[in-house]
Amino acid sequence: MAKGFSTIDVAAEAGVLTITLNRPDVLNAVNEAMCVELGAALRTAQRDEAIRCLVLTGAGRAFCAGQDLRELQQEHERAAGGRELDLGWVLRQRYNPLIGRLRTLEKPALAAVNGPAAGAGAGLAFACDLRICARSAYFKMAFVDLGLIADAGSTLTLLQHVGYGRAAELCFLGEKLSADEAGRCGLANRVVDDAALPAVTRQIAARLASLPTRAIGLTKRALNRAWTALLEDQLEYEAFLQQTAGKTADHRAGLAAFLEKRAPQFEGR
Amino acid sequence: MPFMSTETITEVRGQVGIIRLNRPEKLNALNYNLMTQVIEALERFDADPGIRCILLAGDERAFAAGADITEMAEASLIDMYQRNMFGRWERIRRISKPIVAAVSGYALGGGCELMMCCDIVIASETARFGQPEINLGIIPGAGGTQRLTRAAGKARAMDLILTGRMITAQEAQAMGLVSRVVPPEQYFDEALRVCQELCQKAPLALRLAKEAVATAFETTLAEGIEFEKKLFYMLFATDDQKEGMRAFVEKRPPVFAGR
Repeated sequence: MAKGFSTIDVAAEAGVLTITLNRPDVLNAVNEAMCVELGAALRTAQRDEAIRCLVLTGAGRAFCAGQDLRELQQEHERAAGGRELDLGWVLRQRYNPLIGRLRTLEKPALAAVNGPAAGAGAGLAFACDLRICARSAYFKMAFVDLGLIADAGSTLTLLQHVGYGRAAELCFLGEKLSADEAGRCGLANRVVDDAALPAVTRQIAARLASLPTRAIGLTKRALNRAWTALLEDQLEYEAFLQQTAGKTADHRAGLAAFLEKRAPQFEGR
Repeated sequence: MPFMSTETITEVRGQVGIIRLNRPEKLNALNYNLMTQVIEALERFDADPGIRCILLAGDERAFAAGADITEMAEASLIDMYQRNMFGRWERIRRISKPIVAAVSGYALGGGCELMMCCDIVIASETARFGQPEINLGIIPGAGGTQRLTRAAGKARAMDLILTGRMITAQEAQAMGLVSRVVPPEQYFDEALRVCQELCQKAPLALRLAKEAVATAFETTLAEGIEFEKKLFYMLFATDDQKEGMRAFVEKRPPVFAGR
């Protein structure tokens, strides 16, 4: 089952498909290959009737650090000869289909958030139906540090989970939201001790996989109904906005500061 | 018992005549034989006094994914002119009984045009519509540029026809191409249910109503309203009008005899 994947690990056991983001040396940052492989794994999750629950988790100490910024910088540099890199295109090609697939998958999707979930990594966790968090985990809407807009569907999914005021605070300030706080505001369904996360995840996933998958899938469809068309629209709209944000001086300043490990100076343009 | 032919399956359920496109391996691409069989089946059901409504459906993956390109790829202008493959489509316009389309999956090119020839369209949430001819260096040829423009308006018709992009069932409904959007598991049953509901109506009224709505696409408003008025008065020569109005007054369901 795991054959051919280099950035993720995929394992099916007793009706549960576990996808482990597997680039631990870079905190499971998402590169182009990971998007392709995640897409393939999610397609399997959808089509294989033996699979009745999906678990998304990260290898090592992070859940997912979001877009691989070294790759992003390289893509900016490669595109520099005349044509600018279109971040809207990056979203449409890579991220938006994944968020759509997670949300329309007619099976329960569980994020086992084992460590930091930042940027699009948080977006992936938000697109799952349930989030189980290790106590040391946190969410961080890191987009603002890079002069970018929140994407990967999070302008809609985060809003659904925590409401406008909190979503605005998290997106604007880009501060860490601890697992305990996430639990209090309804973003995390459970918060457990780090060591207990695998066992609790297994237990909940096994329970979900033993339930009437069809009924749960149809319930999920109903819960999402009002949002499905809106999510598609929102993903497309995020792509438009990210295309604009990706061309700002502040984005280049934020990206350079990140890669040089210093604090960015934004000029507001 | 279903009557099997190579490219379509026809079946009668109660007073509903069902025509299913049956080239699943080709996503129901419309080749010459398939269209011949569809048109002949429509005319046969239209002439059959036992049938009150016609249901036209593809399968789950495709209503019809377009014309059969292999049939046309190497044709010359003269070949195409002499084949006059779209000339026969005019016969669909002359079908007097209501045609309900049950659409799941792709309704593209000729498939979308065939769908636009139907009166009521029930679409699965998974249905996708488009006129992608431009991507093959051609344009729609079976009424697409005309019917899509009349249904959706110029700006949207141009968008679809010039870019060849596909749209979702929700978008198609917002454009006025689709009557109802239902969950994928229900598209056929819902279309059949609509047909059965139509079977309970007065057949002559249905027929004149269809004619009147179709006339809206053919004529000026003043002439259309004049035409509607005459059809309206005409129905007062039918038993069904008397039955319908009496039943209403007597607070009971009407029983229409089709006279």
